[in-house]
Amino acid sequence: MKIDSQHPATGRSAGVRHRLGLPGLIYLAIPCLAVLLLPLYNRADPQLFGIPFFYWWQILWVPLSGFFLYLAYRRVEKGR
Amino acid sequence: MHLSAIVVFLGLFFLIAFLGFLSARWQRADLGQLHEWGLGGRRFGAWITWFLIGGDLYTAYTFVAVPALVFGAGALGFFALPYTVLVYPLVFAILPRLWSIAKHHNFITAADFVAARYGSPALALAIALTGIVATMPYIALQLVGVEVVIAGLGFPTHGVVGELPLIVAFVVLAAFTYTSGLRAPAAIAVVKDVLVYITVLALVIVVPLQLGGFAKIFADIPKHLLYLPPVQGNDLGLQSFYITLALGSAMALMLYPHATTAVLSASGPKTLRRNWIFLPAYSFVLGLIALLGYMAYAAKLPSNPSLAPYFHAYGPQFAMPGLLLQYFPGYFVGIGFAAVAIGALVPAAIMSIAAANLFTRNIYRAYWHPNCSAGQETQVAKLVSLVVKFGALLFILLLPTQFAIQLQLLGGILILQTLPAIVSGIYTRWFDPRALLLAWALALAWAIWAASLTSFQKSSYALHLAGWTIPGYIGLYALLLNVLLALVGTLLLRSLRWHSTVDHTDAAAYEELRQDA
Repeated sequence: MKIDSQHPATGRSAGVRHRLGLPGLIYLAIPCLAVLLLPLYNRADPQLFGIPFFYWWQILWVPLSGFFLYLAYRRVEKGR
Repeated sequence: MHLSAIVVFLGLFFLIAFLGFLSARWQRADLGQLHEWGLGGRRFGAWITWFLIGGDLYTAYTFVAVPALVFGAGALGFFALPYTVLVYPLVFAILPRLWSIAKHHNFITAADFVAARYGSPALALAIALTGIVATMPYIALQLVGVEVVIAGLGFPTHGVVGELPLIVAFVVLAAFTYTSGLRAPAAIAVVKDVLVYITVLALVIVVPLQLGGFAKIFADIPKHLLYLPPVQGNDLGLQSFYITLALGSAMALMLYPHATTAVLSASGPKTLRRNWIFLPAYSFVLGLIALLGYMAYAAKLPSNPSLAPYFHAYGPQFAMPGLLLQYFPGYFVGIGFAAVAIGALVPAAIMSIAAANLFTRNIYRAYWHPNCSAGQETQVAKLVSLVVKFGALLFILLLPTQFAIQLQLLGGILILQTLPAIVSGIYTRWFDPRALLLAWALALAWAIWAASLTSFQKSSYALHLAGWTIPGYIGLYALLLNVLLALVGTLLLRSLRWHSTVDHTDAAAYEELRQDA
């Protein structure tokens, strides 16, 4: 089953996806680094609503990772 | 017995069983085609894909095991959070390309891709077998979640009568997966998620109020559990293990056959990428679920006489069900327990379909019956999905639960060893299939040996390097060895000009198709 689209060499026009490129990769790497740098967040303070830093920092990066995924999405789908 | 809880539980269970059978008519197509039965016709849009991947990755076992781990081991159990933060950037960068290639060639499994890319049936067989072996105990573990909530409803779980509810649940699951294929878990996943979100939100609002706020809950947790222990001299201790476990588990998740099945069933790369922006919403819930472990600890559940027998029988695994029983009225316990039970059926269905797809495509059709018709192929897959599920059921009924847990731990380590062949193949055809196969075999052997050092109780190995002791996840260390061996092997074969250049995939397949709207 072959549903080929346009020629890959000529088709980088409207509707065609862009490469992630360096900016895209950086967007994706930021949330990864934020949770991989354990020594920076393996501590109690500052607390938030009584929750130690270790816990709220990692939970915070869940929605933030969504934001950075959005930036990467915009880059791939719209070239921005 | 908790009558109102049982009534609500059964009502919800029948509702989803009905949905499961009904879903065969949804986006009606010829279910005699494997890509229809086993991938839902690759037509699921952003919403359904969101529910399907969510239902697939955040399983009943997650709801039970993550709070259990935090309850028992403290901060280490929180690794589930960085793990889910890491997984989406990884899949975002890699899997849309796999979707495009698979669509172009009508590949159903990752092993299909490897077979064509490297022209090596042996390497594809290795990938398929690893996938099946890693998936089986995972399905069995889903049953553990069901077992715990059935016990929580007041049924005995031992003896023939006690095992009956579990058997009934599984027969229903097997029947609707057989008739509806991947459409069934996709439809049920929506109901499951609604129940899960309601339950978790109620738990994280009501329980902290009852216990006097988060500050008070955290004050009750001993300091040595609350944080990872500091580095002692040259020993990185739990810190390096935490990071490697999170990273290794994230990479393993991407490679599990049930993840591939859910990804390939989406309608296109754009659907997938959009979907991954919103999937962290589940991880947020997971973070809250993890905190339930501390709430159960602060509430001193095991010292409550009515819950003590359950903690005696199930240990920390009763932390989440215990909180429901302690703080909520019967009908709500029914909703929460139904969320766990249905949360087991969705991934169990997807996993059994994924294992069936692998067996059918990469073992049955590749070695047994190469000229089988599309109808025969699908029939085999449907039968295998039954065999896989009953195998998992027997596993839980006949063997100690501990075996399933240990095998699942090992499964994650094994599936990670399929990364070099699959992921490198998406980008380059540089590696030689024989080098990849040998590296896979040696990495597996090393990983199994390393896990045997702790009698398969732990997934940690203490690496000694340049005067440092670096305990880390065995799966990740084995992967490093795997990549190194594949590199050296390929360089050697290339320098002798013995390397293979066979590639049955089209170059055009690597350019994304514009199919997806």
